[in-house]
Amino acid sequence: MINKINDFITRFNEDRESYGNIQETLLSNLVMISETAAPTFREHTRARYLINRFISNNLLNCYVDELGNALGIIPGKSDRNILLVAHLDTFFSEKVDHTVTIFPDVVKGAGVADDSLGLAALATLPYILETYGIEPEANIILMGSSRSLGRGDLEGLRFFLDNFKKPITAGVCIEGVKLGRLSYSSIGMLRGEINYKVPESYDWTKFNSEGAIINMNDLINRILEIPTPSKPKTSIVLGSIEAGTSYNTIPTRAKLKFEIRSESDDLVEEIAHKIENLTQEMTSLSGAHVEFKHLARRSPGGTEFSHPLNKIGREILTDLKINTRLTPSTSELSAFINKGIPAVTIGLTDGENMGEEDEMIQIQPIKKGLSLLVGLILAIDGGYTLDN
Amino acid sequence: MTTDEWIKKNTYHHSDFEDLQTLVQEKQKKGLTISLCIPTLNEAKTIGKEVVIFKSELMNRVPLIDEFAVIDSGSEDNTLEIASSFGADTYLSSEILPNLEEKKGKGENLWKAIYQLKGDIIVYIDADIKNIHPRFVYGLVGPLIYRDEVQYVKAFYDRPLAFSEGIRPSGGGRVTEILTRPLFSLFFPELAAIIQPLSGEYAVRREVLERISFPIGYGVETSHLLDIYHDLGLSAFAQTDLDQRVHRNQETRSLGKMSFGILQTFLNRMKTYGLMKDMPDINTLLRQFQVRDNQFEMVEQNIIEYERPPMITIPEYLEKFPRKDTSKKSGTKEKE
Repeated sequence: MINKINDFITRFNEDRESYGNIQETLLSNLVMISETAAPTFREHTRARYLINRFISNNLLNCYVDELGNALGIIPGKSDRNILLVAHLDTFFSEKVDHTVTIFPDVVKGAGVADDSLGLAALATLPYILETYGIEPEANIILMGSSRSLGRGDLEGLRFFLDNFKKPITAGVCIEGVKLGRLSYSSIGMLRGEINYKVPESYDWTKFNSEGAIINMNDLINRILEIPTPSKPKTSIVLGSIEAGTSYNTIPTRAKLKFEIRSESDDLVEEIAHKIENLTQEMTSLSGAHVEFKHLARRSPGGTEFSHPLNKIGREILTDLKINTRLTPSTSELSAFINKGIPAVTIGLTDGENMGEEDEMIQIQPIKKGLSLLVGLILAIDGGYTLDN
Repeated sequence: MTTDEWIKKNTYHHSDFEDLQTLVQEKQKKGLTISLCIPTLNEAKTIGKEVVIFKSELMNRVPLIDEFAVIDSGSEDNTLEIASSFGADTYLSSEILPNLEEKKGKGENLWKAIYQLKGDIIVYIDADIKNIHPRFVYGLVGPLIYRDEVQYVKAFYDRPLAFSEGIRPSGGGRVTEILTRPLFSLFFPELAAIIQPLSGEYAVRREVLERISFPIGYGVETSHLLDIYHDLGLSAFAQTDLDQRVHRNQETRSLGKMSFGILQTFLNRMKTYGLMKDMPDINTLLRQFQVRDNQFEMVEQNIIEYERPPMITIPEYLEKFPRKDTSKKSGTKEKE
């Protein structure tokens, strides 16, 4: 592997003293970011925190843009631009307890992995580079992206990529979990909702008028009957269902959130069409209003397995003695792919209870995650990831 | 200065001191050193976060704190091990001044911190705060750094979750509003201006701390306020709004014990100041009730508010912090 990267990884992993301060800074950032609620579309306070950190690290062009992205630049000397992204938003509303607990080995709390740790790494990166005397030639753009999840549909990152006036050399999307993950391709995806609503004038004597839960259950059974081939890999993820208020009241509303994922864009379309037909059928059978909504769409794509960025990513992981997990992504990476910008998504550590209020991450592996991040920056900065 | 004027002049919000670079410059200009003490007893769930936040934000990022120690009363849940694993200096209270008879209580840890720590200002922060933030320290030391006449800064917390414009109630917890503030209003009306007299977060100058005695139990905060007020008057105090403190809620029975300890300290001070000359010896047995199999039974607990003497009377302390001129009473001022 490239000497410069090897040297850094060796120094970083052997240096306990400096890393102690880095870990303290990272954990402190992690706590303060995690404890600032940032549900999608309401990320402003968290963005301000990140900007303040960027300013205190003497980054340039620190600002929150019109879509709520938090941006700062570690200035370089060349015309290369490396974009590092972690998403600001979480699935947790302000009402959820955002308190974080730190134990010697783990950190627990809502959103610590997804993606407070990624944001904490961004906030701490200038300190890491300074500590190890790394002065990249490229401009390193640090970005906490807004409106990423769910209905946000990567709006913040897309806006930036649409409007940034200079070419981006490569991108790295930083996720908290899982260490070893290296995503360089996006699969086709359609994210949608089915909303079931009984109108005021509903005739409860009508056949099939059992209420929202039973009708939604029937609909789910029909969705699960839709064939999902293993080649090309295809799946339907039923992610969330909401309905009902008490033991004995027939519910009049229900909401199902789902994602269709496939390596084939045509299959995504075909399955979406089938689900839409099923909702129309349910409308006519039950008399209720059953609505199918598209919320987000991704097309499959990405770089090749042999692309130098991916190759170096695998080499660094091997050097760190971590098994590489080549999983496709449907997150920020897709926005880079749509623009034809080589990019990867990495994870920084291991964790559990993802998406739950007691989300948990391991502290010790973070050091290797940060090695991977800085290693990739050095590789892109040195021009070793250009596809010739 | 009237109480209203004091409230206007000496009541701060933590955001008044959030420019940490300027705060540190002023601290360095005045040659002050600051020590932080966290007294603990079984705080494994919260101590790790407190250590990480304070060390990283107030020692590594900006040198506001010069020294930081966790002083423990004998936790059985690895509190000290966790604090140490994140780089805090940790001490068992019994190992500080080991020649003295061993006592257990939060006040004991606070008192021993005066001997163990070197700072000109000592900041005390409770360990059970779930939403810990650097403001808990900079909000308290700010008035001491900028105003030489301020000796003691007390925290209060005032951030309603939702409130429209107009008048709304403010103040302390149940014990404060039912016991402490009514007592202060009766006997020391000026002290009623301290919004949360029982809060466990405060910053004090060493020359004041070393001259007051310390009840080792529930009465420590009350005795601080009474003694410093008695010696220096209200103008020695300031208070800072730290917004919100999330912590464990205590049961009414525990608050009863706390009130009993506070009341003992209060009555003892009344006697010492000569304000209650014919007061009989007070009982130290608290009686509370419980029901077992439909039978009422009395639960008795002996709560003795033992007091440590002013640290300045301890020979080991004078050896560690020698006096240049013992006839001079530094840091004390005439009551206004």
